[in-house]
Amino acid sequence: MQDVVHGFAWVALGSAFGGMARYWVSGMVGRRFGETFPWGTMVVNVSGAFVIGIVAALASSNLSWVSELPGWRLIVVGFLGCYTTVSSFSLQTLALARDGDLRRAAGNVALSLCLCLPAAALGLAAGATLVRVG
Amino acid sequence: MVHARYATAMLYAAVAAGSVIGGTARWLVGEWMHHWAGAGFPWGTLFVNVTGSFLIGCYAALAGPDGRLLASPRQRQFVMTGICGGYTTFSVFSLETVLLIEAGRVAVAGTVIGVSVLLWLAAVWLGWTLATRINRLRR
Repeated sequence: MQDVVHGFAWVALGSAFGGMARYWVSGMVGRRFGETFPWGTMVVNVSGAFVIGIVAALASSNLSWVSELPGWRLIVVGFLGCYTTVSSFSLQTLALARDGDLRRAAGNVALSLCLCLPAAALGLAAGATLVRVG
Repeated sequence: MVHARYATAMLYAAVAAGSVIGGTARWLVGEWMHHWAGAGFPWGTLFVNVTGSFLIGCYAALAGPDGRLLASPRQRQFVMTGICGGYTTFSVFSLETVLLIEAGRVAVAGTVIGVSVLLWLAAVWLGWTLATRINRLRR
């Protein structure tokens, strides 16, 4: 029970900051590049996937504090989990499709996958390098 | 000026509060799914992303211009950016998929990608369509 309460506190703390960071970044990108294509969501999802790769590699080294449960819950489950989003991605893809812009809707799906998955792999590789060097 | 700053601060507070609800709900679902279904397939992430997409589709139609739900911008950010945004996650989905590929389970990873995208989009469409029907009832 104590574990649930502690876990809850770490996840909640990370979530609050992750959600606000997404709101700030996606808003900033949206204002700069316009709202015809969901670049804001794209930027948070790709950057979040890259960072989660780095953190996961550091965590698997068992040397850093993120390999401990509180650190993992704060940074990965809470912050990075909330920093990225699928619901906005889905809604924005649906909105593009409903506007009849099937090209942009398909492009959003393809680009998100083609950028986020390699970003996570790249993050894992970068994290592994950091572990070797450090 | 002071009012604009206050309004912005309250929007951030609404997003943070919603994210705490969404993020902790995702964590609880993940722990529960891990307990019941094991770690072979990322069921927890699939579940939150599909149900979160359904939820945002419903809410966007209900609180939209033709919707029957009158929502302030702050309420909208609370539910959509906060709760739905925090509940769903693209980063954990990406990490889990790449780890499957690195473990040599390429077919499982391919299934995860295909099923996920298909179900996310089906769920947001279903939520939107159902809520649009509800909007048209007894007007």
